[in-house]
Amino acid sequence: MADSTAQLSRRAMLTLPALAYGTVALGQTPAGAPQRGGVLQYAVAAEPPTYDLHQTGTFAVMHRVAPHYSTLLQYEQNNYPNIVGDLAASWEAAPDQLTYTFRLHPNVRFHDGTILTAEDVRASYARMIDPPEGVTSNRQPAFEQIGAIETPDPLTVVFKMKRVDASIMDTFVSPWNSIFSAARLHAEPNWPARNIMGTGPFRFVEHVAGSHWVGQRFDGYFKQGKPYLDGFRAITMAPSAMVNALSGRQIMAEFRGFTPVERDRIMRGLGADGRQFESSWMLHMILSFNNEKPPFTDPRVRRALSLAIDRWGGSASLSRISQLGAAGGMVRPGSEWSSTNAEMERWPGYGRDMAANRAEARRLLREAGQENLSFTLMNRNHQPYVTAGIFVIDQLRQIGVRAEHQQVELAAWYANQGSGGFEAIIDSFTQLSDDPTNVLVKYISKDRAGVATARAIDRELDRLFDAQAQEIDKPKRKQLVAQFEDRAFEQAHLVPILWFQRLVVLNRRVQGWTMAPTHMIYQDLADVWLTPERS
Amino acid sequence: MSATALPAFRAPNPVLAFIRAQPLGAAGLIVILVMGTAAVLAELIAPYDPEAIDFLTMLGAPSLEHPFGTDAFGRDILTRIIYGARTALTIGFLSSFIGCTAGGLLGVASAYFGGRADLLIMRLVDVVLSFPIIVLALVVVAVLGKTAVLGIDLNLVFAIAIPIIPRACRVVRSAALSVRQMPYIDAARAGGYSSMHIILRHMAPNVLAPYLILLTAYVAQAILLEASLSFLGLGVQEPKPAWGLMLAGDSATFYQEAPWMILFPGLAISLAVFAFNLFGDSLRDWLDPKFRT
Repeated sequence: MADSTAQLSRRAMLTLPALAYGTVALGQTPAGAPQRGGVLQYAVAAEPPTYDLHQTGTFAVMHRVAPHYSTLLQYEQNNYPNIVGDLAASWEAAPDQLTYTFRLHPNVRFHDGTILTAEDVRASYARMIDPPEGVTSNRQPAFEQIGAIETPDPLTVVFKMKRVDASIMDTFVSPWNSIFSAARLHAEPNWPARNIMGTGPFRFVEHVAGSHWVGQRFDGYFKQGKPYLDGFRAITMAPSAMVNALSGRQIMAEFRGFTPVERDRIMRGLGADGRQFESSWMLHMILSFNNEKPPFTDPRVRRALSLAIDRWGGSASLSRISQLGAAGGMVRPGSEWSSTNAEMERWPGYGRDMAANRAEARRLLREAGQENLSFTLMNRNHQPYVTAGIFVIDQLRQIGVRAEHQQVELAAWYANQGSGGFEAIIDSFTQLSDDPTNVLVKYISKDRAGVATARAIDRELDRLFDAQAQEIDKPKRKQLVAQFEDRAFEQAHLVPILWFQRLVVLNRRVQGWTMAPTHMIYQDLADVWLTPERS
Repeated sequence: MSATALPAFRAPNPVLAFIRAQPLGAAGLIVILVMGTAAVLAELIAPYDPEAIDFLTMLGAPSLEHPFGTDAFGRDILTRIIYGARTALTIGFLSSFIGCTAGGLLGVASAYFGGRADLLIMRLVDVVLSFPIIVLALVVVAVLGKTAVLGIDLNLVFAIAIPIIPRACRVVRSAALSVRQMPYIDAARAGGYSSMHIILRHMAPNVLAPYLILLTAYVAQAILLEASLSFLGLGVQEPKPAWGLMLAGDSATFYQEAPWMILFPGLAISLAVFAFNLFGDSLRDWLDPKFRT
């Protein structure tokens, strides 16, 4: 990449504050050189709805399927958010940022023995950008600016951009962009939904629904000496069972996260054999109003409800009992794009004087003729969403608003979220990087993004979103992000409640795994190894 | 010979007679009355708002201010138990009444018509009885979803009532079969009264004793079912106070750090079920001549 060195060093610089704010690894002691052998047993809380990383966004797939696949780029171990190559040996961006060229490692083998070529990369990306009939792509909006993909030779892939996209490197590094075999895709475009065959460190052995998923070391893996494990076994397990299984050493890891109480309980059980990690999380809880349903068509009503929520108080208290943590705006608090606390306090609902906030909220409701507002708040029926729902309902009661808590199963929740079958909904949004495009997409107009669940049309927000997405100059871009947040809080189509805090506990035998502010990366297990079991 | 005046006959007070004959049942009745009073007067006697979060008292141990402690949101557990009594008794009584009444009428009709109608009803009852009561309630509540009227989830009431129907039907039918043999039923039929008239006016009143016993017994069962469904996330939903719900969610997470979160709701459920069972058993002993000593 022509300016890759400069960009990498910039990223390396950014790592420092990100890690200082976010990732704290406690009790980590160097355990010597990586050792070969052993099977890693870990828990995953939910069943995978598909095997296809292109078609989903759930950790239930990522935490099982990632070890079987490779991507063009990946985040460097122990150095987030620095980007390094995975299948790409090198890459460069044209000075006008409109062409990206990737050179692939030679002799990379799929698990069936065939050699990976540029055509496999092209076919995989083409499937995400323009999915064939019968295939859906969760990645489609992220690749909107890619105009064409060329493969001048078997080891070179060239992406031609329609417009400059300031976040394109963060898009390329996404772990969802798994590379499939072009031959398999040509034969059956939906083949990856029910089959596993990649170039990753582990080959697929079996999946028994409701029980386990097994992977075995791929001896032909293109990274010499890796993986270190003989295999892995991902066991499907309810969160409450995980606490006991990890404390009782039946499993060695769970990579998503626990509540503070669960973490403490596991650490008490494991004693010196436990390792705990804590990080801020690129995942935030959102209160989303259905902008198509009165009275939520009225910005005064939406703003009043946002004003009622004491985020600072909620952060201090709910962080003791749940995975909810910091108060923040639309980009992760503490990240390079985030507003300062003083700047946040200007937004409706972020002022420290809650009495004044709530007086203003009541005034707005009176003005809108909604003093006795009551509505149904739809929510998922598991934690920490229920906790967030109880908190929001209590906060709304303090301005005289009654919200009926409707908790439903995940499938029903998704169905209602997608179809607009709700008045207000407790939503959440996770992203892979702090790049503003990745997160602000949640807050733009519904006809621009499938994830914009508030069903609002706001062309001013769209304009600011596009402007920041194409702005290469960082101070200018940050200014545009701030303008976007100001506008979004003023309109309050959907508003952040609190950000999550990630707490992970591993058995000390597990080494080489990297904590990050997202649970979707570092899950290919290529660098993970086990210390010998104590006799 | 002078006439001696007989002492005036005084009918014994039925309440006092019940207390003397069934002291355990009377104890159960007192507990029920206390719970009923608490449920009706919750707004007056509960010390706090049951849904108000107080971050300053999160996971507080029992104290003078909060005799039963507070939960993970700082809500007063005593207050939530008092309001929870309203949920438990409302759903318990309604479900038991609907289930026992529908089952009782079906049982009387089955006994009265006999023959194929009886055979058909009893086989249907057998089919429904083959499902464990909690499984059946789970299926019904999952299929029906939620329909709240005046703050009461009617579908939850029906979900609990439906498994009660076949059980009540069987018991009432067996009582009604002997009533069916009575000459006054034949007389009523000879008098040209309709089947509906005979069932409602002549048979149903004569199976009232087993019906009342079932009614009280199934209130306990219904309270337990409501608590189970709420515990499983299919009944009452947060932040409304309900005993089963108080045992679920955060209580399961914090049971080691704050055992009062599960102790007091658990005691409330146990006490309510025990009281209704005691009262129901005593009522049966008191009303049924076969159990009189």
